[in-house]
Amino acid sequence: MKKDIILAGVGGQGLLSIAAVIGEAAVKSGLFIKQAEVHGMAQRGGVVQSHVRLSDKPIYSDLIKVGSADLILATEPLEALRYLEFLKGGGMLVTNSAPFKNVDPYPQDAEIEARIKALPHHLLIDAVALAKQAGSVRCANMVVLGAGSPFIGISEDTLRTAIEQVFSGKGTKTIETNLKGFNLGRNGGNRIE
Amino acid sequence: MTTKLLLGDEALAQGALDAGLSGAYAYPGTPSTEITEYIQRRVQAKSSDVHCRWSTNEKVALEEAIGMSYAGKRAMVSMKHVGLNVAADPFVNAAIAGANGGLLINVADDPSMHSSQNEQDSRLYTDLALVPCVEPSNQQEAYAAPAYAFELSERHNIPVLIRLTTRLSHSRSVVKLGETRDKNKLAPPADPRQYILLPANARGSYLDLIARQPQLLAESEASPFNRYQEGSDKTRGIIASGIAYNYVQEVYDGISPHPLLKISQYPIPISLVRRLFDECDEVILFEEGYPFIEGKLRGLLGDRKNTIHGRLDGTVPRTGELNPGIVAEALGLPQPDGLPQPDILVGRPPALCPGCPHADTYRALNAVMKQYPQGRVFSDIGCYTLGALPPHKAIDTCIEMGASITMAKGASDAGLTPAVAVIGDSTFTHSGMTGLLDCVSENAPVTIIILDNLTVAMTGGQESNATNRLAAICHGLGVSNDHIKTIVPLPKNHDENVAVIAEEVDHQGTSVIIAVRECVQTLRRHARQGGEK
Repeated sequence: MKKDIILAGVGGQGLLSIAAVIGEAAVKSGLFIKQAEVHGMAQRGGVVQSHVRLSDKPIYSDLIKVGSADLILATEPLEALRYLEFLKGGGMLVTNSAPFKNVDPYPQDAEIEARIKALPHHLLIDAVALAKQAGSVRCANMVVLGAGSPFIGISEDTLRTAIEQVFSGKGTKTIETNLKGFNLGRNGGNRIE
Repeated sequence: MTTKLLLGDEALAQGALDAGLSGAYAYPGTPSTEITEYIQRRVQAKSSDVHCRWSTNEKVALEEAIGMSYAGKRAMVSMKHVGLNVAADPFVNAAIAGANGGLLINVADDPSMHSSQNEQDSRLYTDLALVPCVEPSNQQEAYAAPAYAFELSERHNIPVLIRLTTRLSHSRSVVKLGETRDKNKLAPPADPRQYILLPANARGSYLDLIARQPQLLAESEASPFNRYQEGSDKTRGIIASGIAYNYVQEVYDGISPHPLLKISQYPIPISLVRRLFDECDEVILFEEGYPFIEGKLRGLLGDRKNTIHGRLDGTVPRTGELNPGIVAEALGLPQPDGLPQPDILVGRPPALCPGCPHADTYRALNAVMKQYPQGRVFSDIGCYTLGALPPHKAIDTCIEMGASITMAKGASDAGLTPAVAVIGDSTFTHSGMTGLLDCVSENAPVTIIILDNLTVAMTGGQESNATNRLAAICHGLGVSNDHIKTIVPLPKNHDENVAVIAEEVDHQGTSVIIAVRECVQTLRRHARQGGEK
């Protein structure tokens, strides 16, 4: 088993929490993991990305090679496109469809959608709407994780347990909301378009 | 066996705690900040009373660590690469004085300048100070490095530099923890002259430092961090240092067909390098950072037989971070093509957060400076450096920590007025106070705006030693109380703030305006924690 995953989004969207959940789940599954992330200046409303590598064999590089990612998992559609060069032929792209427009000019929504739909394997999910349904817009990141979860190579239950663990310090209500968000994403996204 | 999922920074911190650390000193700086933050969070550090408060800058942090080492305890100091410039004086001289308790200087370099103004390579400093360096290649080695380096430090009476780079600092992996060791007992140095670097003593200590170099080289030659891997295809040998080793391993799936020399401890293990050159037709080098080893191999006269390849002959890009793609290409290995980048991509530059107090200060400052097209605003290192970008475009310079006040003074000495300095609270106490004293000495016509958001914001909201002390510091340095003003940067105070800034810019002497409002990020965090700062 070997999965190379690019996480992409904008600072403040909870991308590093997705990384933390996958990390916990990977450890529970007895997998080797490397997870590189960007801290510091890049966080202030700028691009945030993380390379997550999972394998049942030792992993050397902390970074994924161009053209070799199995999955791009994004909390923002323009950010999903930013890392297309990393996706391997036949790779999957899962992204929140709701744009985060803090730059001007921001590309036309239709243009972004067209580029994503041109990919053979992609999934667009309105994570913000589903997060609201789950009880808080803040859990949109877990909706995205839920939608991407069939392609990560870790069981659904292990990911749920990892969510409970990562959010354990934030109270039962936060855990429940995040689990609900994950489930909505999973059900809303359990298909390949 | 205990395992933990840790960042490279955290692995180093855990390794130091397990190795009997008594004091961690640091000033925050990406990508090194998480070393000290991790220690601050650990119950293990609290229960064994490990000192881990932030210091005011890297120089004082290192000196505090030297003091703890003097007392016989194991101490370390952590900083980003440019922090070592600030701490260069104690660094070079600590090498001559030596170490009593083990002394580590952890420096995180930032190749590709993800959050920095240069990509200087700290290994060059180890040449200057003649100290050994350990450069872990992965998280497990980052964990192992402190215990090993403390031993090395105590065995040879010398500080040891541990070099990290961004990718290792900020990448997580599972780390196996080892044995824990008790802290050292209090034991000041046996030789009372050791730490008195009067020339008469220092000459002897310096000769002794030089005399120990062969032993340090022998340590490198035998180090578990350095490794010669056999390979059958000797048309080429590979040298890979630090994290670059992982990329070579990655592109060959763990089995390099060529002899591969991993270097993670310095001085450079010469006999291992010689063996590689003896066995192979040519050698290619991968180093994260400067072509440090490569430059030494080429020497002054260069590579006349054209057998050395790396950053200096264009085989590897001269600047920037390495990655497996760059390494594969340099080795001539086929790589998958990525999809083309879509032509609709636009950048998303970092910006001040919505509601940031700096934005309100910049709006007021811009309103004043509009009257003075010949005036300039000299600024500094922090979130507020983003004030250089639209929509603010409020500052004209950013060089290094503290340079705002001093550059403004120099420019005003030249006749460039009005000269305004904009500096953050923590940057001011880090390196601004001495410059303010120079302004006061000459009553230079410089207006200094201290952006006091009550935290070290850029690096994630660490405690600032400036909090609640700024007015007293400025007054203590000699600024007249008539020209120490405090404003609250809020949209509703705009007109009032413009008036205060205009008045002080007009003043033909040194004045300070302290713009106080808490960072919106830490404010939110404190609200969540339900407590007051």
